[in-house]
Amino acid sequence: MELLNNLALGFQTALTLQNLAYALFGSILGTLIGVLPGLGPVATIAMLLPSIYTLDATPALIMLAGIYYGAQYGGSTTAILINVPGESSSVVTALDGYKMARKGRAGPALAAAGLGSFFAGCVGTVIIAAFAPPLTELAFKFGPAEYFSLMVLGLIGAVVLASGSLIKAIAMILLGLLLGQINTDVISGVPRYSFDVAELTDGIGFVAIAMGVFGFGEIISNLGMPEEDRQVFTKDVKGLMPTAQDVKDAFPAVLRGTTLGSVLGVLPGGGALLSSFAAYTIEKKLSLKPHEVPFGEGNIRGVAGPESANNAGAQTSFIPMLTLGIPPNAVMALMVGAMTIKGIQPGPQVMQSNPELFWGLIASMWVGNLMLVVLNLPLIGIWIKLLTVPYRLLYPAILVFCCIGLYTLNNNNFDVYMAVIFGLFGYAFYKLKCEPAPLLLGFILGPMMEENLRRALLLSRGDWSTFLTRPLSAGLLIAAALMIVVVSLPSIKRSREKAFQEE
Amino acid sequence: MKIKSQRDFWSGLMFLVTGALFAWGAVANYSFGSSARPGPGYFPFGLGVLLALLGAFILFEALTIETEDGEPIGDIAWKPLLVILAAVSLFGLLLPVLGMFIALPLLVILSSLASHEFTWKGTLGSAAFLTVFSWLIFIKGLGLTIPLLPGFLQSAG
Repeated sequence: MELLNNLALGFQTALTLQNLAYALFGSILGTLIGVLPGLGPVATIAMLLPSIYTLDATPALIMLAGIYYGAQYGGSTTAILINVPGESSSVVTALDGYKMARKGRAGPALAAAGLGSFFAGCVGTVIIAAFAPPLTELAFKFGPAEYFSLMVLGLIGAVVLASGSLIKAIAMILLGLLLGQINTDVISGVPRYSFDVAELTDGIGFVAIAMGVFGFGEIISNLGMPEEDRQVFTKDVKGLMPTAQDVKDAFPAVLRGTTLGSVLGVLPGGGALLSSFAAYTIEKKLSLKPHEVPFGEGNIRGVAGPESANNAGAQTSFIPMLTLGIPPNAVMALMVGAMTIKGIQPGPQVMQSNPELFWGLIASMWVGNLMLVVLNLPLIGIWIKLLTVPYRLLYPAILVFCCIGLYTLNNNNFDVYMAVIFGLFGYAFYKLKCEPAPLLLGFILGPMMEENLRRALLLSRGDWSTFLTRPLSAGLLIAAALMIVVVSLPSIKRSREKAFQEE
Repeated sequence: MKIKSQRDFWSGLMFLVTGALFAWGAVANYSFGSSARPGPGYFPFGLGVLLALLGAFILFEALTIETEDGEPIGDIAWKPLLVILAAVSLFGLLLPVLGMFIALPLLVILSSLASHEFTWKGTLGSAAFLTVFSWLIFIKGLGLTIPLLPGFLQSAG
């Protein structure tokens, strides 16, 4: 019963007072940013990276993980109560959740979202604990060719499943990979694209890119938009308890959402956003029972399904990051960065070299989910109050935290200037409808990809066919090619575009 | 030739130019090596060429495929763009010289000007609050080393 031993070690680590405190802090902060529209987990985790310098690796990662799944909880609250999804993964929750709130059933909607998420979080945690070790075993068999092909698959998967134009997303990956080339070549020691700027020979800091594009870029685009009317349905939040019929309707949806989210979360490019969209589509396809209201009019399944799915997806998207060192989405890319800051090389060896970190992080996710249910359902009134903080007071505060974070990265103002440049890029990407998340993934994976490519070519004496003659590598590349072909088929392309427009 | 999608036209152009610049930079400055011994220019050259090709393709589509509304870029929010980026740059410039107690409130006040709901009362209040808050969290709490006062005052004290 190695699994039990491992989990015991994990809970031993997670239940220390210090780690509990960081899990709680992360969950609260996550809920907070989940509630506030215009501030997402990517920018928040980037902002907090300087604070982890003084922390040990385990509490630091526990806190950052809490922010990620906490944001999924918080995002649903505002989606239901004021029709403003705090996170993109809660967009579909607003469809039926807000309608329920308008009909005076905000309580059951919030309960379905909260309890569904908790259930999904528990299942997701068990799945990580069960599947991570065998995957790690597999990863040790990987050579440079397999790693390269896996990263190609990961990057392609990330954009195939994302919304918007596929070809522009692939171009954004390439742009990210190229930005990752601004560094000192590891093999020959030659500084590349540094223009004799000393700071650039170490590469551009990914915090500067993340804050510039996701932080500054987003603030500028938010300020460019006209003010929205916000109507809060708080007065109706009285009984939280769902009726017996609600439970009967919602539970199968929770199960379906959890299953779907767990599977989709592992896939590259998966995670919370994709899972919630897919779950809503499935619930909608299933036939309505006679007593049910149609979807879009306040059906509880439309809340329970996507909310369970996004939380399950958020949990299982840790699997590729923890076992292979390959981030499936932008938040995980930042987690990889955080591990590197703490001197841990992400990859299959983490489970052996840092077992407390590995299992402690997994156990803390379960603990954090429990905290979130306890925190969220009774404290909903407080979170709603926060929404009354006007954006004109909020965004200067975000700027302050970003700027201090950037400066303290290297105790140098260079990163502040870099972030300004990337803020400009971020706004340009927003205007041109080029999604920035693939760029960040490409940037993080770029140096790893190059190293593995060059090592694979050295081993094969320059023979490119090595990627296709090694069966595992060939399989991964074929899977990547298939994904592109499938989404390019006219019929699929149309329904893909339609699925992402149903917001 | 008429542009059918403004957004894709400019994205394509951006990718084409960036890719070409990176590829050219790789050829001009770094040894390409051979496939058996890839040099520092090998990977960036390949990536740059690929990006330029994709950019050219996007550009071609933007000029040939009809769209419903011409996919305009829309108004550019010049004021927030310039104000926010200028405020942050100024913070970067002033922090090492004048210290956090001057640079930080300046950042808050300047950046607040970007909002069309600007009020002096709210802005000064939040500037004061954020300065004290940052001092408590970052200096006292996390022990980060950030210059607090102007250099000439620090050397005197």
